[in-house]
Order: sequence, then C-alpha cells, then structure tokens
Amino acid sequence: MLNRIKYYFKAFLLVELLQGLAVTWRHLWAPKITIQYPDERTPQSPRFRGLHALRRYPSGEERCIGCKLCEAVCPAMAIVIETAQRDDGTRRTTRYDIDLTKCIFCGFCEEACPVDAIVETRIFDYHGEKRGDLYYTKDMLLAVGDKYAAQIAQDKAADAKYR
Amino acid sequence: METMQQLLGPAWMPTWIVIKIVVIVLPLLIAVAYLTYAERKIIGWMQVRMGPNRVGFFGYRLWGLGQPIADAVKLMTKEIMLPTGANKTLFLTAPVLAIAPAMAAWAVVPFNDRMVLANVDASLLYIMAITSMGVYGVVVAGWASNSKYALLGALRSAAQIVSYEIAMGFALVGVLMSAQSLNLVEIVQHQAGGFWQWYWLPLFPLFIVYLIAGVAETNRAPFDVAEGESEIVAGFHVDYSGMAFAVFFLAEYANMILVAALVAIMFLGGWLSPLPFLPDSMVWLFAKMSFVLFCFLWFRATFPRYRYDQIMRLGWKVFIPVTLVWILVVGAFMQTPLGYLFH
Repeated sequence: MLNRIKYYFKAFLLVELLQGLAVTWRHLWAPKITIQYPDERTPQSPRFRGLHALRRYPSGEERCIGCKLCEAVCPAMAIVIETAQRDDGTRRTTRYDIDLTKCIFCGFCEEACPVDAIVETRIFDYHGEKRGDLYYTKDMLLAVGDKYAAQIAQDKAADAKYR
Repeated sequence: METMQQLLGPAWMPTWIVIKIVVIVLPLLIAVAYLTYAERKIIGWMQVRMGPNRVGFFGYRLWGLGQPIADAVKLMTKEIMLPTGANKTLFLTAPVLAIAPAMAAWAVVPFNDRMVLANVDASLLYIMAITSMGVYGVVVAGWASNSKYALLGALRSAAQIVSYEIAMGFALVGVLMSAQSLNLVEIVQHQAGGFWQWYWLPLFPLFIVYLIAGVAETNRAPFDVAEGESEIVAGFHVDYSGMAFAVFFLAEYANMILVAALVAIMFLGGWLSPLPFLPDSMVWLFAKMSFVLFCFLWFRATFPRYRYDQIMRLGWKVFIPVTLVWILVVGAFMQTPLGYLFH
C-alpha cells in the first residue's frame, strides 16, 4: 500500500522524467567527442587492414611467387591468380586480381603470404566511380605498393616483434 | 505612411493589413528555419555530438548557420512525387490544410499590449478553434496518399490530437476563470506584477498539463507516434516529397512556435517582465517562447517514444481528471476570501 502511494507520488511529480532531463542537461555542456573526419582523423594501428598492395624487394623484383596460398585462404574468394614460368625459370604471376567489392578485409591473405608480398595498407578512403573501378589488377596493386612502400615497411617493422 | 494612405485611398486598409501579415509571417518562417537548426544543434550537443557545422556563408562556416537555407533550397528544387493511387486533389490540398491554421492562429497572438493583428474579444476561443483545424491536414494527407503507413499515421494522429485537445481546453478553462476574460491581451494584463503573479504558479498543474498536451498536440517526441519512424516509416507524410513535404515540416514547427507563444502568454505572463522594476517588452515574450521551445527540444533529446495505449491512457485517465480537479479547486477558492490567490 505504502509502495503504491510512493509510486503514485513519484509518477505524478515526474521525478524520473526530471532525472532524465538532468542527464541530458549535463551532456549539453559536456565536451564533444566528435572527430571532424576530413580535417581530423582517428589514430590508426600499424595492423590496420585497408586497401591491398603488392610489395617489391629493394632490388625492384616483385615479391610474389605465385604460390596461390592467399587465393586458397581467401574466404570471400576475391582473389584470382594465374601463373607462368618466366624466362629466367622462376614462377611469377601473370594475373593477380583482387575484387575489392568482394573483399571482407579479414587480412588472411596477408597472414598466408610466405614472402610478405600481399599486404593491407592503412588506406581506407578510396573509391571507384563506375562499375569495375574497385576490381584491382596486378599493376594497380603494385602501384599502390610502390607509392606507399616506406609506410608499409615501417608498419611491418613495427609489428614484426609480435609475430 | 500618411502619403501612402492618400495615394491608395480606400485600398489602404487592406494593404496595411497585408503588410502587417507579412511582418508577422516572414519572421515566423525564418524562425521556423532556424528552429530546425537549433533543434539539430541542441539535440546534437545533448548526444555529445556537434550538430551541423559545415554549411556557412561566403566561404565561412559560421557554426553551420547556412544549414537551414541549404535545406530549404534542396527541398524547393526537389520533385513533388504524386503516388499513382493517390487522390491528387486532396494529396496537394493536405499540406495547405496543415499550414493554414498554423499561420492563421497568429492573427490574435499579442506581441505586446498594442501589437496584435486582430485584438478580438474571444481570441482564446479563436485559437482553440483554429488549431483544431490542423488535424484535418494530417488526416487528409494520410488518406489521400493511399498507403497503409500514411493511413495508420493519420489515424494515430487524429485520435491523439482529439484526445489531448480536451485536456488542453480544460487547462485553458482554468486560465480564463482566473483572468475572467477570453481576450489574450487581457489575460496577459491580468498577470501583471512580477513572475510570482503569472498563472504558472496558481495554475501549476494546468501549466504542466498544457505544456505536455502542447507537445502531444504538435506530434513531437515523446508523442510522435504519428510519425513513428521505427514502425510506420514517417507516418502521414511518407509519400510526400519536395516542397509538399517541406510545407508539412513548416506546419509542424510553426505549430511548435505557436504553442510556445501560447504557453508564454497564458502561463508565463507574455510580454510582462519577470521583475516589476524592469520594463515590459516584446523581448520578454520572445525569451519565454525560446525557453519553452528549448524545453520541447530537450524533451525530444531525453524521452523515448510513448507506446500508443500509454498516450491514450495519459490523455484520458490522467490529464483530463487532473485538469477537472484543478478547475474545481480554482472555482471553489474563488468563492472564498482566498480567491485573490487565483486572481
């Protein structure tokens, strides 16, 4: 009975509603946590998994040996590889495509690679303007690797001691 | 003004009235635009966000002050879609039906003791009558869209507005009992003498009921089941786009400002200053309206949406009894020597 009376008083005097209003009032003055994206960016881990790249050795020789482990491990089946023997007798890829619209950025390709050829970079804000723009071919992946070679090497070195 | 009067002759009176209407409606529309901006900013801040802060003028961001202008231009240039199954005449009439009462009600709203477009004797009655018309816009829109979501939204809105109108009306009966007048100017003048003389104190329960019923009446959160994004998309205006939608939007916000003005006039002393030694001025009215509007935005940022049956229960089983009891209390006290407490 007493509880019922107490409940009615509480409901009638809008106690809990006023408590709710007090919470939003406090937050009105709280410092804002928004990161204004193009101007400000959140810090990224060296392990960030973004756009893919194919790396080269310092000599300029491409690392990929066409073992197709990445193609095999890829859960989204986004990678297509064809290989052929090169004039010097080594096996190289003639085709290395990643369909980024299929890719789920799990990073398994990176893990599977025995020669650290395929990596995922920190780049996350890329786009395509027509169908097929996000189908990355070997040349495009190598170009990304060349452009960000220093950054990729630095990230790999930062993560190396945990592997 | 004298020369204009001679130039236009008998045409002067209508021209003068049209000028007065423009002077009221134009700032009202600008206020609506910036109310949407204030809403997004305040709700943003309460959610620890920043709100719109990109669109400015002349290359300066100015805290996003250009946002409502950009929104207006976008809505004006968008196509008005006519659903195939819709009743075209009613579909296009509905936004007009929604906004006309929201604007017409301003005719009797006094800004100070002289500045009122039409100082009619029964202005309170006029307000009650004209704001009740607003529901037709919603109902007609919901029906003419020929869509189940729109129809559901319209039904909810109709039932809700009709229920809360009663509580709102009874709350105003308390005001007119205290003021002994239906004229808004006289109602304000009866509250003279400092903020403790305003009707919010003697009629406190009615003030709260009117404030909450006002939120319900304008279909605002937490009473926005008529829109109910999560279950019926956008309610009665799902099928509206472009300017037709913008007119509904304008009507909703114009109604909000109207309810804020009415709360300020009936319960917060209108243009009267809170302390007797400060001069009375329109500025006080706008300050009080801003406070009430801030409360509306605050409620929206705080409360989750009511369930439909809870809305009905609150309207019929709480508000109407509360208002009736307080009217009885006011009436009884007026027969005793303590009647001066209720003026």
